[in-house]
Parts: sequence; structure tokens; C-alpha cells
Amino acid sequence: MSDSFVLAGHEFSSRLIIGTGKYRSYDEMKSAHAASGAEMVTVAVNRVPLDGTSESFLDHLNPKMKILPNTAGCYYADHAIRTARLAREALETEWIKLEVIGDQTTLLPDNEQTLEAARVLVKEGFTVLPYFTDDLIMARKLLDAGCPAVMPLAAPIGSGMGVQNPSNLRIMREQLPDATIIVDAGVGVPSDAAIAMELGADALLMNTSIAEAGDAPAMATAMKLAVEAGRLAYLSGRMPKRLYASASSPIQGAIR
Amino acid sequence: MTIEITVNGEQQSIQAGLTADALLDHLSLKKKLIAIELNAEVLRRDLWPTTEIIAGDRLEVVHFVGGG
Repeated sequence: MSDSFVLAGHEFSSRLIIGTGKYRSYDEMKSAHAASGAEMVTVAVNRVPLDGTSESFLDHLNPKMKILPNTAGCYYADHAIRTARLAREALETEWIKLEVIGDQTTLLPDNEQTLEAARVLVKEGFTVLPYFTDDLIMARKLLDAGCPAVMPLAAPIGSGMGVQNPSNLRIMREQLPDATIIVDAGVGVPSDAAIAMELGADALLMNTSIAEAGDAPAMATAMKLAVEAGRLAYLSGRMPKRLYASASSPIQGAIR
Repeated sequence: MTIEITVNGEQQSIQAGLTADALLDHLSLKKKLIAIELNAEVLRRDLWPTTEIIAGDRLEVVHFVGGG
């Protein structure tokens, strides 16, 4: 069944996008990336250390993977905009994962600053993938601003709590049937990933759930399978939930 | 003559008249896969060899690291 994921004119066969942060080693990261089947990875923009200690991080990535720079660490639209421009200059990519954070403890997005930055960056020709709270109204505004997809969180970044508000995602999916929805942040285990896909997400973005797993490559494989399973389940159409039982075996004809 | 500039939030004293490209050499920074911002605006790579760094300039030199 051809069920490829098309995002801003780019076709992916994997609906899993993964991060590059927090891995214990480059080797583990590379193995996990390969196991995940992901075709796009996020990277962060950071000041070059002036003490000569920096390594060429990008050299450790599979060159076949599409690189999606993020604006992590930015608390204001202005900083995110400047970071996006720098990322574009260095990587020669228009794609940007827009992250504007409102609070250091929760790392929850500042939706207002995110929208402001999205509007500017879209006008400058960026392909803006905004990270935001799972809010239908904000999703509409971001899409109207020209973002080709929206990226609602499942739970706070790195929390591993899984989808905290399945109703919000269901509502978003139903009310925005043609939108590309990528659930980003908060996935912990593969069942979380499957749930997000069953709720109708078009793709998932995750980092910590793989990087902090005991065996990152194994977890990456599990996530790959979960994303596939959840997607297939969504396309299959689930059975209805019932308050009471509905027998699976014949009621009549059992021996007495 | 030396001038005071800021690079990545740190004060630096450098000789006057350096271009952005020469400044990277002076700081022993590699030039691949990085970007420079000069006074809050991206400094295009093709302008590095011809842009002189002057007193009070604020630069951000960035590269890519792991992230989610």
C-alpha cells in the first residue's frame, strides 16, 4: 500500500522524524538513526566554542538524511528568526523547525512568539514547521500564516509522558482534515507513538525516547514499527468502543 | 592598533582591519558548515573576505550540534 508522507513537496516513506540530541555516542546515534528508518533528522544551531574544542557534528550523520535545523534555545521571535536565517545560510536549506520556548522548566512553547516568527519566516521563503501546544485555534493561525504543517506536542520536551491530551489531537485531526499534523515532543515509548498515529497524526518527531532508551537502536526499531502499526490502524478504521460486551463466539449452540 | 569586538557574547581584542574571513583564521575556527551574523544580520559567506570588522561589532558564529 503506497502511503507516502508528502511534506512541502518532499516525499518521505517514513513517518518518523528523529533528533540528534542526548545520544551517549556518535556510534549509538548512527545505529539508532539507521534502525529507525527515519529520513529526516533535526539538529540545533549553537555558538561555535572559541576555545577550539568543537567537532564537526554533521559529519556523523548519514548523508542521505535530510537535515532539519531547529531554533531550540530561543525565547523570542526575534532570536528564532535570526537563528533560522543563520541555519539557512549555513545549510542552504529553507526548512526550519520553529521552536520558541516560553519557560525553561517546562520548555512549553510560547505560541504568541511562535506565530509572530512563523509569519516573518514564511514571508522570507522558509518552509516553517512550527512546534506549539496542541491547540486547534493556534493550529489554524499557523496554517493560515503559511506553515505547510503544524507540530503539536504530545507532552513537554523530553518528558516521555506520551500523548497527554488525546482529545485535543482528535479534534485537531477532525477539524483540520487536510492539514499535515506532526506530533512533536513528549513521546516516551512505542505505544505512545502508536497512539499518536492512531489519532491521525501524519508523522511523529521524537528524540529523547530513543536517545535515552537503554538500547537506543532497539528502541528506534520499536518506534519504527509502532509508527507503522499506528498508521495502518488509523487507515484501517478502528472498531467502535462499547460500554457493554459484544460476543465474539456464538451465544447459541454451546453444550450444556 | 587593536579594537574591541564581541564574538559569541565574549569580548575580544583584535587587530584593526581584519576581514571576517581573517577573523575566523585568527580565532582558528573552521569555515565549513558555519554561519556568521554581524550586528544581528546574516553575513553572507561570499562577503566574508571583503567585510572589515570594526570596533564595537557584535558577531555570532554558529555551527550545528545535536538537538531535537
